[in-house]
Formats: sequence, structure tokens, C-alpha cells
Amino acid sequence: MEALVALVIGTLAAVGIYLMLRLRTFPVILGLTFLSYAVNLFIFVSGRLAVNAAPIIGSGEPYADPLPQALVLTAIVISFGMTAVIMIMAVGGHLTAGHDRIDLDKGGDQ
Amino acid sequence: MSHWIIAPIVLPALVAALMVIALRGDLFLQRIAGLASILALNGIAVALLVSATIHGPEAYFLGNWPAPFGIVLVADRLSALMVALLAGLALVAALYAIGSGWDRRGAHFHPLLQFLLMGIGGAFLTGDAFNLFVFFEVLLIASYGLMIHGGGSARTRAGIQYIAFNLVGSSLFLFALALLYAVTGTLNMADLAQKLPHLPEGDTALLRVAAVMMILVFAIKGALVPLQFWLPGTYANAPGVVAALFAVMTKIGAYATLRAGTLVFPPELAATGSLLSDLLFPAALVTLSLGALGVLGARTLPRLAAFGGIASMGTAFLAISAFTPQATSAALYYILHSTLATAALFLVADLVSRRRSHPRLDRSAQTFPQLGLIGGLFLVTAIAVAGMPPLSGFIGKLLVLEAFRAQAPLVWTVVLVSSFLMILGLARAGSLIFWKAESGSRDPEPFAPEPLAFAATIGLLLAIAALTVFAGPVTDWLSGTAAALHAPEAYIAANQLGGDS
Repeated sequence: MEALVALVIGTLAAVGIYLMLRLRTFPVILGLTFLSYAVNLFIFVSGRLAVNAAPIIGSGEPYADPLPQALVLTAIVISFGMTAVIMIMAVGGHLTAGHDRIDLDKGGDQ
Repeated sequence: MSHWIIAPIVLPALVAALMVIALRGDLFLQRIAGLASILALNGIAVALLVSATIHGPEAYFLGNWPAPFGIVLVADRLSALMVALLAGLALVAALYAIGSGWDRRGAHFHPLLQFLLMGIGGAFLTGDAFNLFVFFEVLLIASYGLMIHGGGSARTRAGIQYIAFNLVGSSLFLFALALLYAVTGTLNMADLAQKLPHLPEGDTALLRVAAVMMILVFAIKGALVPLQFWLPGTYANAPGVVAALFAVMTKIGAYATLRAGTLVFPPELAATGSLLSDLLFPAALVTLSLGALGVLGARTLPRLAAFGGIASMGTAFLAISAFTPQATSAALYYILHSTLATAALFLVADLVSRRRSHPRLDRSAQTFPQLGLIGGLFLVTAIAVAGMPPLSGFIGKLLVLEAFRAQAPLVWTVVLVSSFLMILGLARAGSLIFWKAESGSRDPEPFAPEPLAFAATIGLLLAIAALTVFAGPVTDWLSGTAAALHAPEAYIAANQLGGDS
């Protein structure tokens, strides 16, 4: 189970980093999304992996750590909002500039 | 428990919501509400500063949940100082935005400004590492809106880069927080400070990875080489008044590094030891050199100001990297000075840019209205930014040099040569803009006098002058703050961590 989870997180992060290094905004946004999936899973397992355990103390042992679940909810909401913002910005940039290259033009920002 | 500690977060949040819902489209009332909120924030910040000086650190338990289970805000001397700096700069920025008409160029300038204040104030006050991440996101999302205020292709596309860079930073921060939680089971900073020294040997490697990732995140925020790429494009393309306000945003990176390096990962902690210093020291030296070279090579005034900001962060991080009380107090003085000086440079650059027809420095320039007054303001600002006497930049750099007496050959060379390069760059820019302007033959186009914008800029320079005149009492107070930072027992005690946790 540990190996599987680690493999999934590693693959997601690798895909995210690869896509982030592309030159167009859409793959970059996809890459950022993959990276946020990786980090969400990572937070989730930071409270240790527990199978068949309730996230409530007192309803029987063993219990799963409930805090990472609260943390990951916050992280999911924030990354969702941020992705929406960068998406709108990318569409706006595409419409005003006529292309969706992520780098600034040579001399264009001088 | 004083409820004023949460006021710098709640007040801007409520005012911003009120503006968006009730005052939508009414710029006059938005200006009044925004200024009133910022003035109140200034009052609260001063009260917090006095209270933190007299009573020491005080914690505010959100929902009255005991630490480390609930989120806690802590107002100590450093937090209160940074909130006061933020409030002062916000007042200047709001006045300048009103005076120059920047807030008319797009919707929602004042609500976004309030949300930015909420985020930055929260980041300075929070005593919980995950809450720090949340406030980073609050201030970032407000800054995204402010950065592209006024619109335009170049600005929007620079904004996309800025957002992408910061999203990567946020992911890194989350990885670091999850690692910290995995090894310690807590994210309260005072609790971390207590638990980390008793960490089992096997978790040392994980902890070091978490520490490095955290420092990377703060280095992105603070534009430390090699993570500074986002800053010149962002700040040079942002509206001038927003860039001036962002001068305090890079300082969040410095503040967070200082907090992490003294409270969570102090040099006495065996697991990390001098890891942070070893990383920050060379990076800060390179940042300073690169910023100075950028000032010399910049082709527009906003870009010059942006590189001036990078150089000032280099000096601030250099002083932070020593993690000794003396160097920390020098860092704090320099952070105060450089925030004001960088903001003033951005405002002067904005005054010039809006009057000149072409942004490039080397294009033949015609004269423009209020040339003499703006030229005088540029001269004073340039003296402050370059760190020449008689202004506070000189005192700040002197304090930093004094703190690095032991490493004089390397540090003194870099600091002094980079100061010289910055003087050259600023002198070149000033002579191109203000002296060669006379050669233009046609009359300048009339431009509104904008008394409020000039008053705001002059107010910033007066604050720098005050920092210079009162350097003695200020450095005394900062020495006390630095001593409290390096002996965080009072900060930890304020969190009232139960023995049963």
C-alpha cells in the first residue's frame, strides 16, 4: 500500500513538473493541477496510512488522524480557486495577445 | 486576551465585503471607506506595537480553542512592527492611488487593497504554519487582481507568469507542511519549536527536507536568487502604486524566514543546525550583486526600481542569514528602510512614466510637467535606495557591515561594490530623464498637478527621514526585538501549550 501511494504521488508530481515546463499556458495550468493533486494526496497520507479506521477519537481503536483531512480540504479549495483564477487570466491573455505563449516577448516587457 | 490582535484581519475583510456589496460602483464612498479602514488599521497597529512592547508577546486563540489544537494568532514585537509598517505603507498607497487616479482605471481597486491588507496582516500575525499558508493565498489572490489592475496585454501575460510561479510556491509550501506534520504531528509554530529538539534520529532527514522546502518558498516570496525571475516582469508591469505596495510583500519572505529561522529551526537545533545560514548566505550575496547589475542595466525606470527591490532583498537576507541578535536587528532596520525606499522609488517611477511618452530611458526625451519637483524627489529617493548618507539606507548598510565584521573581505566587498553599481545606475537614469529632457523643443503636454500623489510620495520620503533622525531609539528598540526573537521562550509561553498535548 505504501509503495502504491508513493508511486502515485511521484508519478503525479513528475507529470506535473514536466507539463509545467512547457511553453504554452494550457499545459502549464494542467501541470500545476497535477502538482496540486500530488500535494493533496501527500498531505492526506502525512497522518499515516490507516485502513478501516474511523477519523473520530473514541469510537474505537484504531482511528485515522483527522487533521490531515481538514488540511487537505483547505488545500483542495484553495488550489481549485487558484486554478480558476489562472484559467481566466490565461483566456484573457490569449484574447488580448492573440497567442498563448507563457514567456514574455523578447523586448516586449522592456 | 486582547481582541485587538485579530482586528487587522477582520477589519479589512469586513470593509472589503461592504465595498463590494453595498458600495459597488461608487468610487467616492469606496475611497472614504478604504481610507477610514486604513487609518483605523494604523491606530490598531500602533496600539499593538505599544502593547507588545510593554506586555510582551500575546496570543489570540481563535474560537477559544487551546493551542496547539486550534489556530492561534500571536502579536509579538516583530509581528506588531510589520503590521505597523504595512499600515503606514497602505495609507501612502491609498492616497497615491486616489491622487493619481489609478483607482479609476479598473473596478475594485479599493476592495482588493483591503483584501491584500487582510492577507498580509494575517501572515504577519499568525502563529500557525498552516494558517500562514492560508494567509499567503489570501494575499496572493488579492495581489493577482491588483497586479493586472488597469488591464493590457503585457500586464495580463506578466500576471500569468506571476500566478504560475506562486502556485508552484504554494505546492512546495504544502509539501513542506505535510512533511513537518508527518514528523511532529503539529503545525503550531511554538509547539514545533518545543517538539523538534526531541525528534527521533531517524526523522532528521525528513525534517531537513521540510526546512529546505520552506526556505525555498520564502525565497520565492522574497525574490532570492535563483528564484527571483518572477519579480522584474511582475513589478515592472504592475501599476506603479501596486508595485509600491508590493514592496512590503517581498518582506513577507524575509519575515517568514526570520520567524522560521529563530523559532522553528533555530541554529541551536541539532537536526538543521546551520543549514539555513549555509543556504541563505551565498544566495543573498548573489541576489545583491544581481540586483545591482540590474539597476545598472535596466532600460526603463520601473524595471530599475524592480531590480533595486531585488538588491534590497539581497541585503536584508544577508543580514538575516547570520541568525545572530546583532545581525537580526540590522536586518530589521534595513527591512524598515528598504520597504519605504523601494516603495518611494516605484512611486517616483510611476510619476515619471505617466508623464513621459516613451518608457525607454535611452530614447530622446522631451521635457514633461513638474520636471523639477519630480527630479528632486528622484534624487532623494535614489540616495535612500543606493544607501548613501545622509539617509537611513546608509545607516542600515552600516549596521549590516558592522554585523559581518568577521567576514569583512567577502561581505564588505560585495555590499560596497553593489552600492557603487547602484549609484551609477541611478545617476545614469536620473541624468537621462531629468537633464536630457531639456533638449526637447516642443512644449510639454499639460498634466493634472495631482497634489495628493505628490503628498503621498513626499510623505514616504519624510518617513525615511524620520527613520534616519530617530535611528538611535529605533535601533535600540529593534535590538530588544531581535533579542526577543533569539530567545523565544516568551513567545512559546504566550501560546499556553498544555502539558497534556
